[in-house]
Amino acid sequence: MTLLEDLQHITEEEEEKDSKFKYHINICVAAGCLSSQSDVIKKTLQDEVNKCGLAEVCKVKGVGCMGPCSGGPVVALAESGVLYEHVKVEDCAEIVKSLEGKPVERLVQSTDTPFFKRQVKIVLENCGKIDPESITDYIAAGGYRALTHALAEMTPVEVVEEVKKSGLRGRGGAGYPTGLKWSTVAKAQSSGRKFVVCNADEGDPGAFMDRSVLESDPHRVLEGMAIAGYAVAADMGYVYVRAEYPLAIKRLKTAIKQAEQQGVLGNDICGTNFSFHVEIRLGAGAFVCGEETALLASIEGNRGQPRPRPPFPAIKGLWDRPTLINNVETFGNIAPIIRNGGEWFAGIGTEKSKGTKVFALAGKVQNTGLIEVPMGVTLREIVFDIGGGIPDGRSYKAVQTGGPSGGCIPAEHLDLPVDYESLARVGSIMGSGGMIVMDDTSNMVDVAKFFMEFCMTESCGKCVPCRVGTAQMYDLLTKMTEKRATPRDLALLEELCEVVKNTSLCGLGQTAPNPVLSTLEYFRHEYYEAITGGIPAGPAVEAVS
Amino acid sequence: MSANLKTKPALPSADKRWKIVDATMRRHGYRSDSLIEVLHTVQEAFGYLDEVAMKFVAGSLRIPPSKVYGVASFYQFFTLRPPGRRTCVVCMGTACYIKGAANLLAAVAEHYNVKPGETTADGELSLITARCFGSCGLAPAAVIDGNVAGKLNVADMLERIKEGAQNDAA
Ligand SMILES: Cc1cc2nc3c(=O)[nH]c(=O)nc-3n(C[C@H](O)[C@H](O)[C@H](O)COP(=O)(O)O)c2cc1C
Ligand code: SF4
Ligand code: FES
Ligand code: FES
Repeated sequence: MTLLEDLQHITEEEEEKDSKFKYHINICVAAGCLSSQSDVIKKTLQDEVNKCGLAEVCKVKGVGCMGPCSGGPVVALAESGVLYEHVKVEDCAEIVKSLEGKPVERLVQSTDTPFFKRQVKIVLENCGKIDPESITDYIAAGGYRALTHALAEMTPVEVVEEVKKSGLRGRGGAGYPTGLKWSTVAKAQSSGRKFVVCNADEGDPGAFMDRSVLESDPHRVLEGMAIAGYAVAADMGYVYVRAEYPLAIKRLKTAIKQAEQQGVLGNDICGTNFSFHVEIRLGAGAFVCGEETALLASIEGNRGQPRPRPPFPAIKGLWDRPTLINNVETFGNIAPIIRNGGEWFAGIGTEKSKGTKVFALAGKVQNTGLIEVPMGVTLREIVFDIGGGIPDGRSYKAVQTGGPSGGCIPAEHLDLPVDYESLARVGSIMGSGGMIVMDDTSNMVDVAKFFMEFCMTESCGKCVPCRVGTAQMYDLLTKMTEKRATPRDLALLEELCEVVKNTSLCGLGQTAPNPVLSTLEYFRHEYYEAITGGIPAGPAVEAVS
Repeated sequence: MSANLKTKPALPSADKRWKIVDATMRRHGYRSDSLIEVLHTVQEAFGYLDEVAMKFVAGSLRIPPSKVYGVASFYQFFTLRPPGRRTCVVCMGTACYIKGAANLLAAVAEHYNVKPGETTADGELSLITARCFGSCGLAPAAVIDGNVAGKLNVADMLERIKEGAQNDAA
């Protein structure tokens, strides 16, 4: 039996097994819901099902994140589409008893809302549907078909072309065209091996997209990496994951083992002479290791300090070999692109930003959680329709994107379409997908100080502008929040922003001033208010610099 | 390989945990690039990295102890001092910060007279800060003795820590 027939067979078997169940109760066992003991709920539901003698007709399954994480523990009834939130142990019996009749009204969360209706799921298509610890579930949902298709029907060059055609850009922050990067690595001469690296360091503090994908659908990432390996002629892949994500690590380990047993990873995959192995490497709590050259140093067992580029990793990466580095979400888009074609993907989104983007929506917004939207939707739609607006009767002040490298976007730009260029134009960046909403209680100087403290602590210390500059900027911002600053301090702060931005070695330093610059642009009066002696006239402050 | 075996240092003591550490190194063929993986194993087994451990790892992987120390001290995840009997990790990620995590941190620091990143003088409680547990939907969040607690206010937080201590004593 060929691998493809094998996958088909597994799918049919699984469908047949599944058809015996009249009811499927899915419960989220991703980190968000687990922290409100969804594992206990899962067990209780199963006990209730057994007690009611429904074990033959009702399947209780742990699934990945369904999105509305603040409503955890979240339970979904697959057949009727009913969604329950804030489920407690005491509710389980009632949920099971009501399977035949009317849903338990007090727990129901309507899915006929913009939060669910406005989303388009590509990367998250399986999240909340399949059991992340079961390769059979992934296969039954169409998994590993893109890999087998690529191996059987496409040359590596054709795979690269398809990715180019899709217009996919890197989801790790910078938005570099993925197809172009693949083609550079594919063409790079190498006497020895090449490597594929998945960046799962997810450093933005307040973002959990990559984590959710790894916890909810780990095989998707492995499949994307294997296809990449085939396209660029690499036989080894590393996933660099934060050590702070134990559940993601565990599920990834399980997935790798299952994939090897299934023969979709390993030697001579699919009866071809293409071999691909994947290993996990753990990060150790250094934000700078998300930067690609630092990440490679860390995989090699060294202090994670960036080095100048060029040479780019695509030419000289791990152990000086050509290395392809992409983000988790970038790899998560690959299988659908190969399955449905690059053109299909290019049909979603805007002219220069194709496809969808996953965001972790958090902060002062009604519906916090994980969302996936087509590129080009407006910030207003995200915050007010999908997010449900600002809670507690307060008003919107800003949304922060791009984490410590990004900026705060004020109300006047709420109608901005979310794509790489538009966000950059207003002084922020797309970033990896953290989106933090702030209301009128947040002070922007304080927010700028928060991010500056982060950059100062995380600076690796290799170059002076970043090491010294972030500390000086932090001191100035502290003076401001304590209302001890003078107009000179503000001028000095602006000067430092320019120096650090222009002379730092890596992206951390180069972008560290962004939160200050964007808040200075849109909330300058708050800086004036932070200066001793009240609010000096605008021009006087300007004159000092 | 035989030279390798000859220079490989003996396990520091009969403590079984050293065998776990050695097994990790063996799995990686005692390659120097496995250093970070090995340090993770040591910390998981012993709770922190001490000088004995770092010297043992250095000898086994045949890298200078100064490099092992350099790597161990570079990464924030590694601790070079033993943790307190109980731990309280406050998330200082953006979502939690916006929802008042700084107040939680300050309250615990004051109540237990301990600075963030340090352990109380009696070795009872370590107060640690972290960046995002991925539970931002439950912001502000903290991990108290390994359990995630969300949507916290100062009173909840102090209560939870106290509860843990009582359970410990019981
Ligand atoms: C300071 C710094 C931190 C970064 N952190 C991450 C990260 O956590 N995850 C990530 O995927 N990329 C991160 N990047 C971007 C990577 O260097 C790299 O561009 C990316 O992994 C490439 O993948 P992509 O093309 O698929 O986006 C970071 C960059 C810098 C400068
Ligand atoms: S810019 Fe900062 S983080 Fe980057 S190399 Fe220089 S000191 Fe290190
Ligand atoms: S973690 Fe359960 S819905 Fe997101
Ligand atoms: S910011 Fe605190 S859990 Fe994410």
